[in-house]
Amino acid sequence: MLTRDQAAEIFSRIRKYAAADELECLFYGGRSALTRFANNTIHQNMAEENYGVSVRSAFGGRTARATTNKFDDASLQEVVSASESLARVQEPDPDLLPIPSSEEAQGRYSPPSNGAAAPEGNKLPSRHFEETSNLTPAQRADAVGQVVAIAQKRNLTAAGIFANSENIEGIFNSRGLSRWHRQTSAEVSITMLAGDSSGWQKANSPDIAKLSPAHLAQIAAEKAAKSAAPREIAPGKYTVILEPAAVLDAVGFAFYDFGGLAILDQRSFLNNRIGSKLFGENISIWDDVSHPQQSGSPFDGEGMRRSRVQLVEQGVVKRLVYSRASAARMTQSGHAAKVGLVETTGHGFPIPNEIGEAPMNVVFEPPQEPKTVEQMIASTERGILVTRLWYIREVDPYEKIVTGMTRDGTFLIEGGKLVCGLRNFRFNQSLIEMLSQVEAMSTPVRTSGEESLDMVVPAMKIRDFNFTEVTKF
Amino acid sequence: MVDSTSAMKELAGWALNIANQRGATYADVRVIDERSRALATKNGKIGNASDSRSQGFNIRVLMDGAWGFASSAELERSSVEATAGRAADIAKASARVKQSDVRLAPEKPVRAEWTTPYRIDPFSISIEQNLALLETIDRELRSVQGVTLAETNMNFRREEQWFFSSEGSDIHQTKYTSGAGYVAYSFAGNEIQKRSYPNSFGGQWQNKGYELLDELKLVENARRIGEEAVALHSAEQCPQGVFDIILESSQLGLQIHESIGHPIELDRVLGMEANFAGTSFLTLEKLRTLKYGSELVNVVADAREEHGPGLGTFAFDDEGVPAQSTPIISNGLFTGYLSSRETASLIGLERSGGTLRAESWNRLPIIRMTNISILPGETPLSLEQLIASTDQAILFQTNRSWSIDDKRYNFQFGTEIGWEIKNGKRIRMLKNPSYSGITTEFWNSMDAICSRDEWTLWGTPNCGKGQPQQVMGTGHGASPARFRRVKVGSAYS
Repeated sequence: MLTRDQAAEIFSRIRKYAAADELECLFYGGRSALTRFANNTIHQNMAEENYGVSVRSAFGGRTARATTNKFDDASLQEVVSASESLARVQEPDPDLLPIPSSEEAQGRYSPPSNGAAAPEGNKLPSRHFEETSNLTPAQRADAVGQVVAIAQKRNLTAAGIFANSENIEGIFNSRGLSRWHRQTSAEVSITMLAGDSSGWQKANSPDIAKLSPAHLAQIAAEKAAKSAAPREIAPGKYTVILEPAAVLDAVGFAFYDFGGLAILDQRSFLNNRIGSKLFGENISIWDDVSHPQQSGSPFDGEGMRRSRVQLVEQGVVKRLVYSRASAARMTQSGHAAKVGLVETTGHGFPIPNEIGEAPMNVVFEPPQEPKTVEQMIASTERGILVTRLWYIREVDPYEKIVTGMTRDGTFLIEGGKLVCGLRNFRFNQSLIEMLSQVEAMSTPVRTSGEESLDMVVPAMKIRDFNFTEVTKF
Repeated sequence: MVDSTSAMKELAGWALNIANQRGATYADVRVIDERSRALATKNGKIGNASDSRSQGFNIRVLMDGAWGFASSAELERSSVEATAGRAADIAKASARVKQSDVRLAPEKPVRAEWTTPYRIDPFSISIEQNLALLETIDRELRSVQGVTLAETNMNFRREEQWFFSSEGSDIHQTKYTSGAGYVAYSFAGNEIQKRSYPNSFGGQWQNKGYELLDELKLVENARRIGEEAVALHSAEQCPQGVFDIILESSQLGLQIHESIGHPIELDRVLGMEANFAGTSFLTLEKLRTLKYGSELVNVVADAREEHGPGLGTFAFDDEGVPAQSTPIISNGLFTGYLSSRETASLIGLERSGGTLRAESWNRLPIIRMTNISILPGETPLSLEQLIASTDQAILFQTNRSWSIDDKRYNFQFGTEIGWEIKNGKRIRMLKNPSYSGITTEFWNSMDAICSRDEWTLWGTPNCGKGQPQQVMGTGHGASPARFRRVKVGSAYS
């Protein structure tokens, strides 16, 4: 692994070649491996190791970036030259801020709302686990073998992945800022296929000890078996119970609109809506990199410390997240009085970029009276249980209508019980309406899907969810 | 730094020797040096200005009947040999969970050199000239009152690849890709509307040099695009119901991508992508029996240079199989899949169709669309003539949203703008248009397609597939076409 000391040495060589007024270097990369299986066979199995440095040069209001994965002197000279060439020819931007000092990047600490003490030194607990990084191809294969055995015992076919990685992120700049983060990640995703049905489960964690491929396989197999011979029912508005993965992949489409620049660009569904009650009173949402079930680095693309931010409080959008530049622009804009507290929150992407910032560690606040999925089913006279959603795309950016399909385990609920599997539906659903129609929630859990970043989200029981079509399986 | 074919050959030799010593029955090595540039503006300021260079290699080995793959950016001998050893260890682990041994359809080894045909190296154009063009477009877009956000972009890529296999192949290919486009947004009342040119999601992309940008008439169309974005606010909402529809060629290109290109991927058909991208309704018994579309539907998968400068154009795929043209739908009949050496062997084809490609040196190659194109109509027919011959329909232009189920039956598309056609004329603009359907029912409803003059080879630069996910560029040639009795408007129902 590339170490902080090695990165510091590379940064010192880059500084020697640089002529720019200001310099910032991002380091990234790591080791990763992924075992992929289908048809009860490991069919793809890979490992990679790669590190890179991304150099940002700035000359009085002009800035650009160049990246290389080679650290020899010639390559470093080339990357510095490329970055400076791209920056030099630009028209100066009077809004471009100087790079942050180490002191500025420390930011302000926002204590958790539950009154818990700040972690010592405001540092995250370690997200690096040796057992995760040391996982071997043979260990992954043996775990896949257990999954396949579960499939074969039930006459099913298993497909999925078992992956592990160890990654670094670092940032050094010419004003003395230096940040470093390393973490591990393990991920398991399993699809169990039967003749006319399927089931799915996925989980990830920095700590491999928290994952059980066999347990996930059992649940996926159970879903495949229970949804066999799916019935077709007419599309329409139904009470749905979305399992956490389905909630995650749907609501994930909302959060890129919670950045200050999205408001300034007038491309956010929150334009003219901040401070008003947009969702149900039972919806409160945070962005919190320090949450024990979250992952990721505690600093942003400029090295600014990520703050804990309450985005939504009892259905009211309270605040946005900001990079330094967006906070500065927002303060001087006509929107400033309408968007709540404006301050740098440490959510910026590496500069230059067109998006600005976004919440990256979304956490839903636990409901006052959490219900399990089983309790939600028992309380439902007629409804639909959805395991996951798929191929979600935005239909309308301001009403936040998204479309997509159900997949891998969709069930009819009648009289408080699962009755049978259903053919999959297409939905066209406003996320604003969806989060206004939540009747019950489970305790939020770390959840991984395919369309959104990992979040801590609950299962939700939602009334009048809008299914518009049904497909052939 | 990598700099010569002989050095690459030596590097590959180190890796292939280790694979051979460890007992591999097949191995291949790809060494890649890639460079890219991204420039963008946003409301008159620089949105992006970045260059990237990445070099590395990988080795794929077949051992004990199972695959192993490892990659590294370190090109010294010790690292290359260690990486090859890692690939062998991985293959050995793969063999613990298998139902049968992997077999490869035969392919003759080749020695070859190939470079994307181009007139102007895009990296030879000054950054000042590039930014000046984007800034001119930006000014045009923002000169329209009501445009609240203007974004422009320009992207270039050069990928040099050396491929060596244990069977003796030695292939050196260099590919150039260029792309450019822009979008105007307008926020007013309770609506965000947008218009893009020449296409959404980054514009038009081809395997070409800078000459692509000269052909696109970017500045000439900017004001119209800005005006249309603003005009959409006062347009009528697209109606709901069953209508005849006309798709302009970029939207038809995406329709092909989603409802033909993906379901014909043989790895999906055989269940290899079941956990992520999904499977396919095109099960093996449907080959040469399924009536996929109407008699007018003729689709090919064509990676050859003569098909045009598509994002799926090359001389050899990433396991050394020459570019080919495969008939996919012939006069409406389903006639072919996209295949690799492994999947061709599994279904008894004599040879791979040559569609195995990887995003970069650190990803293993998987089946990807090449240029999946619908052939133009043989009878001369322009878009205006097609409209003139249509009593009542809705014309859909420029994709805004796209979604399809994991077997590729049910789809829904939205476009940025629609036009109501009545008695052979465009009579009014429609906002928020969408249409949906079932793949084979839709393609069987096609009753007219424009001829060669209206045919464009569009680039889709952002196709995601695989685990870890890989993003690949694909090509889709299409001319505008008409479809009868299609469900319209359910996105807003």
